[in-house]
Amino acid sequence: MSNQAASVPPLRKPLPVSGRSRSGMAIILIGVALIVATMLFGSHIGEYYYLATYTILQFIILGTAWNILGGYGGYVNFGTAGFFAIGCYTTIVLNKIFPMPLFFEMFVAAVTAGLIGLGTGYLTLRLRGVFFSIATLALAIVLQTLIVNWSFVGGARGVYVIRPAVSGIFISYVQFLVVLMVGLATFAIFVAWAVEKSWIGIGLAAIRDDEAAAETSGVPSLRLKLIATTVSGALMGMAGAPFPYYVTYVDPATAFGLAIAVNSIAMPLVGGTAAWWGPVVGAILLGSAQQILTVTISSAANLFIVGILLVGFLTLAPRGVVGIVRGWKRGRR
Amino acid sequence: MIPTILEATRITKRFDGFAALTTVDFRLLKGERVGLIGPNGSGKSTFVNCLTGILAPDEGSITFDAHDITKTPAWLRARRGLARTYQIPRPFRGITVRENIEVPLRFAVGHTSARAITESAQVILEQVGLGDKAEFSPRGLTQVELRKLELGRALAAQPKVLIADEVMAGLSESEVDEILELLNRLNAEGISILLIEHIMRAVMLFSQRIVVIVAGCKIADGLPDDVMKQEEVERAYLGE
Amino acid sequence: MEFSWDLVINAIVTGVILGGFYASVAIGVTIAFGMLDIVNIAHPAFMIAGAYLAFWGSEKCGFDPFVSMAVFAPCGYLFGRAFYRAYHFFFERRGDESLQGLAFFFGILFIVEIGVVLIFGVDYRSISEPYLESTIGVGFVSVPWRMLVPFLVGLGMLGSINLYLSRTFTGRTILAVSQDVEALRLVGANPIHAKEVAFGIAVATAIIAGVLLIIIQPVEPSITREYIGRAFAICVLGGIASIPGTLVASLILGVAEALTTTFYGPSWSPAVSFGLLLLTLIFRPAGIFGR
Repeated sequence: MSNQAASVPPLRKPLPVSGRSRSGMAIILIGVALIVATMLFGSHIGEYYYLATYTILQFIILGTAWNILGGYGGYVNFGTAGFFAIGCYTTIVLNKIFPMPLFFEMFVAAVTAGLIGLGTGYLTLRLRGVFFSIATLALAIVLQTLIVNWSFVGGARGVYVIRPAVSGIFISYVQFLVVLMVGLATFAIFVAWAVEKSWIGIGLAAIRDDEAAAETSGVPSLRLKLIATTVSGALMGMAGAPFPYYVTYVDPATAFGLAIAVNSIAMPLVGGTAAWWGPVVGAILLGSAQQILTVTISSAANLFIVGILLVGFLTLAPRGVVGIVRGWKRGRR
Repeated sequence: MIPTILEATRITKRFDGFAALTTVDFRLLKGERVGLIGPNGSGKSTFVNCLTGILAPDEGSITFDAHDITKTPAWLRARRGLARTYQIPRPFRGITVRENIEVPLRFAVGHTSARAITESAQVILEQVGLGDKAEFSPRGLTQVELRKLELGRALAAQPKVLIADEVMAGLSESEVDEILELLNRLNAEGISILLIEHIMRAVMLFSQRIVVIVAGCKIADGLPDDVMKQEEVERAYLGE
Repeated sequence: MEFSWDLVINAIVTGVILGGFYASVAIGVTIAFGMLDIVNIAHPAFMIAGAYLAFWGSEKCGFDPFVSMAVFAPCGYLFGRAFYRAYHFFFERRGDESLQGLAFFFGILFIVEIGVVLIFGVDYRSISEPYLESTIGVGFVSVPWRMLVPFLVGLGMLGSINLYLSRTFTGRTILAVSQDVEALRLVGANPIHAKEVAFGIAVATAIIAGVLLIIIQPVEPSITREYIGRAFAICVLGGIASIPGTLVASLILGVAEALTTTFYGPSWSPAVSFGLLLLTLIFRPAGIFGR
């Protein structure tokens, strides 16, 4: 057995303490750079690319948000579509009552989704992880049923949303939305990175690996799980808020759609759940692949491939791209 | 008069009709070394789980350092200074050995500076003899090393009471001596220790007092030599 | 909607009959999840596969639904055993991540549902046999055979599984596994084999439940997700690993849904099972017959 110990390489190189904040700065800088680039070269970019980019950015946010509770904490949320839809329908409701700036709608959406996440968590996180997962599924279906039966937001038929006017610095509303999404994605990634490196992150890792042992080491597991659930839910709601203005027609089938449910799980798992950049890589890879494939095959076939990739990676490469990359690095030493 | 640091009164725990523990009384004095023995399945681990808060007893109360902790959640008991190791080592496998030690430093003790935590973790690793394995994954450790990691994790919580649950099971004689030496050192520094063990040599050497639990009931509690001579204890271990 | 006792009685009778069918859906979850701790949320996917197999059997081979059951259930059993072997090899042995296991079953659920969409499309599919169309009077209520048959088969399944688990050696091993895997190993029985057989049985029940489903109503792929809620609501409400509990909970759910549909309309019924599940998890997670 001692031979085995000698041949197992170290897990990963420890960053010097000052290096820890370097990744955080890099994330923000890249985000700002992308925004500047979009503004400068905006007129040269075709509408199609804007639309494709919006979708991928949305998935970056959803996957990153999912991973805060799923990858870091080990609790699987099957109801991402529910939280996303809360964001959508908050915008729709507020828009109908009184037109207001998107930023305000986003804020309310994030708070609403966060509170619902907190509530769901409070009720079910004391139980085994699988019950939390089933409860999130239940939540999504219950919410969908409520929306379908609520005529104020259009019920099953859906509702049309009018895009507001856009200020002069933007070429089109779509460009504004894409810039906004770059900002939101940067924010979400930064939050995930911050959680990962903080005391919350290591507490969640302990909970994920062995909850009882974590408790007897002083980790307040319920509290941390609730923090993760709330933050995760809020980010998902935030991602949903601009969606109505992007598509201009929203119905429950789309907002609660299968594509969101499966992608928000598949992307982090394919990309790798152990690090903040895993969901980003997964979203870019799977998202781009789907954008390309949708043109050539049906959207159902598209999702079928996503499902196959999910199961394939889980079985053969459970640590995702993050795991593969870290394996290379260790091998090269 | 030496104060009592940990006291359990009339602890009863039932699982679906089966009585795992029946009105068990227990007391640990400050600085004491107590051994807890009993046949397999007699309820020792259930008792530890009740003490540490993983299980809630159906009846009875627990007092730690003059506070009633019967309703206190496990993590708060750890913060107050009640630490334990697990019979089968339960390391956090997804993080490094050092990070395993950092968890209680961060949560049980409450350090906030990342640098201070990393340095303290390294010190503790040296103390238990795992200094050079800091960056390794627990998956690569041997059985003895995993036991040491368990002890290191419990130590990092700066406990007043350490419950060592079968920490020597399956180790060689010299390894048992290593652990015993470490435990004695800790006790000398003021930590009260409850040692749960099957290795009689170690228990007799280490304990100032021995408690015996059989089929969920405490049947003996006293000086090691006295307890081992008692009829019921002989019967429980050697048969009629 | 106007309240009348007639409506209520009608709803209760319908609910009980539906409940019998629901029991056939949930028993597989009680076995796999309740007894073996395998979080098979893909169970409704196996059920919908069974429904579409019956459809295909009827269209292409002229199979009567009972013939379909006789042919496809054993296939399901063998498939279930092979599937469990693969699951055990890739996931259970790894030990540490239940996240991967859950996501895996979710992936399977997804693949099967989309697979069905790709092969059969999203339109409703149904089968019809002349003898199913007639009705029989139960008291002053008339019940169609196409509902009574699944009710009876559902009860029959529960009864025979209960017998199997309590009378045969493998059956009792399965019950023992559900209670204490360690003790079993000490005694020398092989828990993996027992779990394999049990999972095979669970999938076979799913196939049968699928055939029953398409007897009751036309099917389309998205029904799958409704049944996750129903199956797990029943399993949890009944007490996770209890067969009598499964029966009682199925009847409760059936009646609750029938009453909701009668007085509030069918668009609310998906929420009933999930709502019931949430309430159970919040107030009495051990269920009716659970510990």
